[in-house]
Amino acid sequence: MTQAAIPNLAPALAEVFLAVAAMALLMIGVFANAQKAFGRTQVFAALTLVIAAVLVISGAGGARVETFGGLFVSDNFSVFMKVLVVLGALGSLALAGPYLREHKIARFEFPVLMVLSVLGMFIMISSNNLMSLYVGLELQSLALYVLAAINRDRNRSTEAGLKYFVLGALSSGMMLYGISLIYGFSGTMDFDILAGFVAGHAPALGLVVGMVFVITGLAFKVSAVPFHMWTPDVYEGAPTPVTAFFAAAPKAAAMALFVRVMMGAFGDTVDSWQQIIIFISIASMLVGAFIALVQTNIKRLMAYSSIGHIGYALVGLAAGTTAGVEAVALYIAIYVTMTLGTFAAILAMRRDGGQLEEIGDLAGLSKTNLPLAVAIATLMFSLAGIPLLFGFLGKYYVFLAAWQSGLVELVVIGLVTSVVSCYYYLRIVKVMFFDEPDGALEPIQGAGVRAVLSISALVNSPLSYFLLLAPLAGASAWAAQSFL
Amino acid sequence: MVEWFYALYGGEGSLLYMAAIISSILLVVLPLLLCVAFAVYFDRKIWAAVQMRRGPNVVGPWGLLQSFADGIKLFLKETIIPAGANKGIFLIAPMLTFILALISWAVIPFEAKMAIADLNVGILYLLAISSLGVYGIIMSGWASNSRYPFLGGLRSAAQMVSYEVSIGFILIVVLINVGSLNMTDIVLAQEGYFWNWHWLPFFPAYVVFFISALAETNRPPFDLPEAEAELVAGYQTEYSSMAFALFFLGEYANILLMSATMAILFLGGWQAPLPGLDFIPGWIWMFLKICFGFFLFAMVKAFVPRYRYDQLMRLGWKIFLPLSLVLVVVYAGIWVYGGLVPVRG
Amino acid sequence: MTLDAAGLVSFSFYLFAAITVASGLLVITARNPVHSVLWLILAFFSSAGLFVLLGAEFLAMLLVIVYVGAVAVLFLFVVMMLDIDFVRLREGFQQYLPFGLIIAGILVGELITLGGVWQAVGDVSANLADKAPDATEVDNTAALGQLIYTQYIFIFQTAGMVLLVAMIGAIVLTLRSRPGVKKQNIGRQNARRPDEAFRLVDVESGQGVDPSAFRQTGDRE
Repeated sequence: MTQAAIPNLAPALAEVFLAVAAMALLMIGVFANAQKAFGRTQVFAALTLVIAAVLVISGAGGARVETFGGLFVSDNFSVFMKVLVVLGALGSLALAGPYLREHKIARFEFPVLMVLSVLGMFIMISSNNLMSLYVGLELQSLALYVLAAINRDRNRSTEAGLKYFVLGALSSGMMLYGISLIYGFSGTMDFDILAGFVAGHAPALGLVVGMVFVITGLAFKVSAVPFHMWTPDVYEGAPTPVTAFFAAAPKAAAMALFVRVMMGAFGDTVDSWQQIIIFISIASMLVGAFIALVQTNIKRLMAYSSIGHIGYALVGLAAGTTAGVEAVALYIAIYVTMTLGTFAAILAMRRDGGQLEEIGDLAGLSKTNLPLAVAIATLMFSLAGIPLLFGFLGKYYVFLAAWQSGLVELVVIGLVTSVVSCYYYLRIVKVMFFDEPDGALEPIQGAGVRAVLSISALVNSPLSYFLLLAPLAGASAWAAQSFL
Repeated sequence: MVEWFYALYGGEGSLLYMAAIISSILLVVLPLLLCVAFAVYFDRKIWAAVQMRRGPNVVGPWGLLQSFADGIKLFLKETIIPAGANKGIFLIAPMLTFILALISWAVIPFEAKMAIADLNVGILYLLAISSLGVYGIIMSGWASNSRYPFLGGLRSAAQMVSYEVSIGFILIVVLINVGSLNMTDIVLAQEGYFWNWHWLPFFPAYVVFFISALAETNRPPFDLPEAEAELVAGYQTEYSSMAFALFFLGEYANILLMSATMAILFLGGWQAPLPGLDFIPGWIWMFLKICFGFFLFAMVKAFVPRYRYDQLMRLGWKIFLPLSLVLVVVYAGIWVYGGLVPVRG
Repeated sequence: MTLDAAGLVSFSFYLFAAITVASGLLVITARNPVHSVLWLILAFFSSAGLFVLLGAEFLAMLLVIVYVGAVAVLFLFVVMMLDIDFVRLREGFQQYLPFGLIIAGILVGELITLGGVWQAVGDVSANLADKAPDATEVDNTAALGQLIYTQYIFIFQTAGMVLLVAMIGAIVLTLRSRPGVKKQNIGRQNARRPDEAFRLVDVESGQGVDPSAFRQTGDRE
């Protein structure tokens, strides 16, 4: 017996760095003075995320690299998605400060848990084996459960955490069951071997059943219908910066994982899963469009909006082609910028020293705070997918990919639900610009909120549409090359 | 050892093999029980000497037979079972303690090839059996149906579980240099004289192990499960006669076992300390090293005051656990960097 | 009667297996919860015996150390401290029994199907990437080490991070620093010297001492 060689750590440099940095952050938090602990860990966590992103980008060399005996893979797609996750995490970390301090939950564990959950997302994105998929997913989810319940003295928050935890555990269980079936019927958990195996002959029934269970678990994590029940309650109950984080980073990671499992491991049996994806995509779009119509709480509205957007992103996946993957990547990138901006706007809704969450509270915002109203309006137009805004671009790409694959009905339903969902996005614009004001909102607190809101409004404005169109489309095409 | 008896009996048939096993067990257990009796006596003598008393000096020459007198007294007394006690568990608990204290000796090598069972995973077997030891105490505490024993049982369980963690880490430190879980291999890894033994390179580990062993055997200064000041006698409160004697014997057999483990892990097992002393048989060296370990135990009992319960837990979790983790990392680092890790296959 | 090696092994197997099953049954039928836990420990212990018979001595020891030595102790702790009315807990037993049996039947059926498929689909076993190292070449401690710490080190480390998150989470959600609780600062206590702790004063008869002169900076308020 010889001593084992140390695995090639270079492709996983960002993950190694994040893991070590998270533990260092924990130490900083524990040993720092109680008053300063949160601020310090927040700054260092942001720094950690930035460095991780730099490491990810610097590792982008085009070629696909596997390490740890094929458990971990680094390719264009993973680089693209990891950068998105870091953006989502950085954005919500920037939003967190004032809110957490006000609610007396500014604990140093918050940034640490965020970094750890980003680590989990990185591992998910780069997983090339059902085992690494599962541990990455659990690492991510466990940190998120705690973050949802971090305001433990408020019933809403603990309810959100508990609900998320119980349903998440259920979905993990289903996923594990599916994984065990897949392993039993194929003898492997490695995506590459699995891909070769399903390409070789028609998959056994047991393998398909296992795949359905895995899809169920993944659909829960991206909150696609019919596994979306937790989303509105968790979004509403969790502290708003945590909700922003939920809406941005884990969605990107889980969609990346979805793409990797479906296109990577089962890419050669598109027929056996396409119908399931089409179904959950249509169901998500319908629920996202129609149930959102009756919401009055803006956080719940955003929950249904995110369900709908996941439905659109799944349209791209349902196409089952490289163009589809490109569309998904682009859609998720745009969705992350829109959603972060919207949650920054929600955090900016304050009156009489308290946070507001009702749509009616925005009445007449254009008369009291025009820049904020314009920013929110831009984001709403973009979410609705009005042409010449980024939201439109994402939808155009996914529908185009689906059209090319011959999924005409899917495209038609998608267009109809887009029109329906325009109603509630535009209702917010109408409330802001045409209703009489109840009273002015407080000026925006915190540089982070201001920065995130203005950057995301600028990115989604028609101005940058032409500037950013080419690089963004190019980057997503580059990312999709991994699935050629 | 079993093979030796087997050959002696003619070396044929499974019944003879069983007889060989039983003979070797007797060869270990009978001297062990004798040693336990004298260990109690020496414990009291050392304690007395430190406090400038005489200690037991009435029964037999220099009081040597004191333990036997005590033993006969306990054996002749009536076993009292409290009215509300859970009879079965109440009686099983002392037996369990005693049996566990004895079966651990199965893997202790007294000399090369002188162990009842030379397991591949000998050191893990020791750890497993010592982690079972806590049940005797918990069960007696619960079954007595009385407050003091129950509190004593809980304390003891928490204490033993806590210190087992650092013992486990210390074992890892030593095993990095051994590359095997076999007790004989551990001794052979320190081949040579006293400067080759593990106590020198692993001195901090030796100290932590010794203190944890004190806690693991419920010896002073960590004898909180039976702290007479607060808990009367802890889990032993309701026990009398034979049952009490079994606890007592088990406790001392465990102390000797810990001394033997220390001798094997850190003091070179059966090997002679200096060149030129090799003519003395290995088992005598082993015996002397066990005596040395026991002497340390007795001295600590004589001059260290008892810890308070929270201090005990603090020491275990906040000092020993991080310390032993650091030791694992540091030693593993040095050993890997220096290419000292043995590769066995 | 003579016993050969194989006979001895199968005798020990049936002995340990019977004890495991019997104590498993007693775990769920014992009236006293503490007895249940004790039977559970016996079940663990005899399954460790079964592991030894399989030649997996490392797993056997680990089972005893982890499950019997740590997990079951905590079980016993909890069960002894809680006052559970097990008669009430058991009320629905008869009612749920058929349901439980059906689920058990389904699980058995699934296992059999899976085993059959494994045999039937020939190239399934060809996909197995990481077979355990040959038991005749390395002992099973080394084999496990090779799998866990070399081949699957990535999974192992990530699982460690999951546990870290669980630990942080438990602390975040439950630790409360109560105000007004007196705590011992052992470091400060040890660093204290006699001259800062007390002072000798000659007290004039009938005068007394002014207590405010003895309050020190750094004392607990």
